[in-house]
Amino acid sequence: MTEAAKSTLPSLISRHEKEILDDWVKLQVSSDSYRSDLVSERDVRNESQRFLEATRTAMAVGVDIRAAEWTPVKELLTELSQSRARQGFSPTETATFVLSLKQPLFARIRTDLVKDPAALADATWAATTLLDKLGLLTMEVYQKGRESVIQRQQEELLELSTPVVRLWDNVVAVPLIGTLDSARTQVVMESLLQEIVNLGASIAIIDITGVPTVDTLVAQHLLKAVAAARLMGADCIISGIRPQIAQTIVHLGVDLGDVVTKATLADAFALALKRNGLTVSKLAPASGGA
Amino acid sequence: MERIPILKMGPYLLVTIQVDMHDRLAMALQDDLMEQIRRHKAEGVLIDISALDLVDSFIGRMLGNIAAMARILDADTVVTGMRPAVAITLVELGLSLTGVRTALNVERGMELLESAREERETGHGRRQG
Repeated sequence: MTEAAKSTLPSLISRHEKEILDDWVKLQVSSDSYRSDLVSERDVRNESQRFLEATRTAMAVGVDIRAAEWTPVKELLTELSQSRARQGFSPTETATFVLSLKQPLFARIRTDLVKDPAALADATWAATTLLDKLGLLTMEVYQKGRESVIQRQQEELLELSTPVVRLWDNVVAVPLIGTLDSARTQVVMESLLQEIVNLGASIAIIDITGVPTVDTLVAQHLLKAVAAARLMGADCIISGIRPQIAQTIVHLGVDLGDVVTKATLADAFALALKRNGLTVSKLAPASGGA
Repeated sequence: MERIPILKMGPYLLVTIQVDMHDRLAMALQDDLMEQIRRHKAEGVLIDISALDLVDSFIGRMLGNIAAMARILDADTVVTGMRPAVAITLVELGLSLTGVRTALNVERGMELLESAREERETGHGRRQG
């Protein structure tokens, strides 16, 4: 980029700042990707103005966005991108913010430099590379923001999805929901074993009704949990095995060994009561009752 | 040399491990236990490891060996009070001690030995490990 173009852009922006801003905001608000439900026109205007001012200041020094002068611009974009990622904007909607600046900026460059084609080309090129870089930065930050949201949700899910419930004296159950991976198995195993100790349980029911698929790895994880519970002196019953899962297990050739399996949690609970020497019986109908 | 005490309680032998097990101690326990089973004609052995918070593969295998040896000498073995962390470690090491009976605490372990003894006396035969 030539020295001439370097000085052209900032002066051009400062001369037409008001018009560029007006056009830009209008463009953003009228575009398909504008989310009137999430952000008001006044906010858009505010953000745009701050961005334009920061960019103009930084541009006076150079267009290399790695320079220290660009830090405020980058911070502004980072903040904007992160907040939009959290609000649920799509990637396109987020990137449109920076990229839609091109049209009003190019229009001004054209009217100002119409008599000098070389300078016009230079200035357009400088502006477009700059805005593309900033656009990419926005996307990068957006992606990171989304990833951190996903990671946080995963952690929350891990905490939420492993309750150990006491069904009766000596009987505990873990209703497993969602896919089992090594990390979750570890958490399930630890909380199950701890509850076995706390409640002095002798029978633990692992209910897999909520586990969508059982492959060899999941089966191995389950068997590990069963083996660990057995070492503690508690018998395990696996319940909630759906017909398709039973088929899958056999097709995969998974050997569940001598682990007791039941179709439903109710069956497993009945077995647990029986092993504890308890029976469930119906009350005798009250005399004269309906 | 320090040794782990083996207590006789009726027809059973009671071992509570309260110190960190090292390999020599484990071997000594194994020898002593077999000797005592023979001498007292014990019908069951209860090993309480609730005080152990570290069990390595050697000790894990030793527990399995003791159970197998005791079975040959016609005595049942119950391991009681294993901590969750120890259980997880053993499973991760691939030692699930399939031949060993387990119970949550000493009380339950004694019940288990009693019921095994009754089974034996009524002639139902012994559970295959």
